[in-house]
Amino acid sequence: MPDVLVWLMKAGAIFGILLGTAAYLTLAERKVSAWIQYRYGPNRVGPWGLFQPFADLIKFIFKEEVAPAGANPLMFRLAPFLSAIPAMLTVAVIPFGPEVRIGEVATNLSIVDLDVGALYLLAFSGLAVYGPILGGWASNSKYSLLGGLRASAQMVSYELTLILCLLAVVTLSGTLDLREIVTSQAERGVWNVFVQPVAFVLFVVATFAETNRHPFDFAECEPELVGGFHTEYSAMRFALFFLGEYCAMIVMAGLTTTLFLGGFGIPFVEDPHWVLGFLAFMTKTAMFLFLFLWVRWTLPRFRFDQLMGLGWKVFLPVALVNLFLTGAVVSLLG
Amino acid sequence: MLRDYAPILVLLALIAAFAFGNVLLSDLLERKRKSVGKSEAYESGMQPVGTARIRLSIHFYLVAVLFILFDVESIFLIPWAVAARELAAQGVGGLVFLEVLIFAIVLGAGLTYVWRRGGLDWER
Repeated sequence: MPDVLVWLMKAGAIFGILLGTAAYLTLAERKVSAWIQYRYGPNRVGPWGLFQPFADLIKFIFKEEVAPAGANPLMFRLAPFLSAIPAMLTVAVIPFGPEVRIGEVATNLSIVDLDVGALYLLAFSGLAVYGPILGGWASNSKYSLLGGLRASAQMVSYELTLILCLLAVVTLSGTLDLREIVTSQAERGVWNVFVQPVAFVLFVVATFAETNRHPFDFAECEPELVGGFHTEYSAMRFALFFLGEYCAMIVMAGLTTTLFLGGFGIPFVEDPHWVLGFLAFMTKTAMFLFLFLWVRWTLPRFRFDQLMGLGWKVFLPVALVNLFLTGAVVSLLG
Repeated sequence: MLRDYAPILVLLALIAAFAFGNVLLSDLLERKRKSVGKSEAYESGMQPVGTARIRLSIHFYLVAVLFILFDVESIFLIPWAVAARELAAQGVGGLVFLEVLIFAIVLGAGLTYVWRRGGLDWER
């Protein structure tokens, strides 16, 4: 089979998984919030509300798109793409499973295995900052502007913590290739979460801030800023912002799984069938996604100065010290 | 080498087709009904007051500059992090770690300086 066809099939399958998970994450968010608040949640469209995401999509397509009079037309139209496309591109390096064999063809279950996979992921998740800030500024609305500014400030602050925690794992494994990080955990027989508990906790909290999720969702905190940077957006462009955010959550959950929970590995099982590996990966990722929802409906929101203080005065120093302790152990003891 | 990156282009094509296709579909199928009220910026139902092109708080600028400084410094750490294990195997781990530690002390001194000057305090 020609390479291009294999690439197209893998990209199509993984992009499909990403979109499907994102669509059903919106339903899960509403269902979980309903359970936590002792309600039913969506239960009209299909059994158990299962067709709700499709109904939402159709509604988004047919809605009228309104742009405020003073908006910068080009930037206003472009911002949702700048937010969604980099967020979806990051999924390329996530290893969803081990080698897949179908007939003659054997290929790894990830779109691409780069030597610099972790770097690629950080670079593209960094690009996602442009969407909120340009969208917020271009809307010519005060709520949007404030939301956009806050989003960009908190995303860059927590990116440092994210990089330093990732580097602690990289120091242990000696590679930036995410698939090799997974296999190195299997070889050592212990998941990184047990070797690097501090980095794990910091990393998980930083992903919440990085994806603008509760309790750090200052970019769109409803009581103060209405919708934040997407206040003025409607129809499909609003949906793109939304989809970008959910895709970023899924990728971050997948990345946490890969770095700290042994990715597609199963404890005490050597060389599992690829279907089992894939299911293991999805189960672990789903666990983190549930954590995102659980935290949102359980914890109260921080204050913005608390968030910035936490990032710069607690997380950054602790992550630095953790990295250098790891480095010292690896360098001196080998 | 560059061929390794080709699948990303395939993914980019799929994503672009999805994103632009859906927005185009929405632009074609929506029903435009313009009115003065709709095109006003949302300000909790009141008439918008003044402009949104306001001056920004200097804090945001400061955070951006600090981020660039520390981000560049963390990039210098990446090659060391990747090579640390191999350097230790070759017996020069301690020496290289010492050098990186000097770099880290400079980094830490920078952070302490910014902290003490109040650069990390949101409200003053």
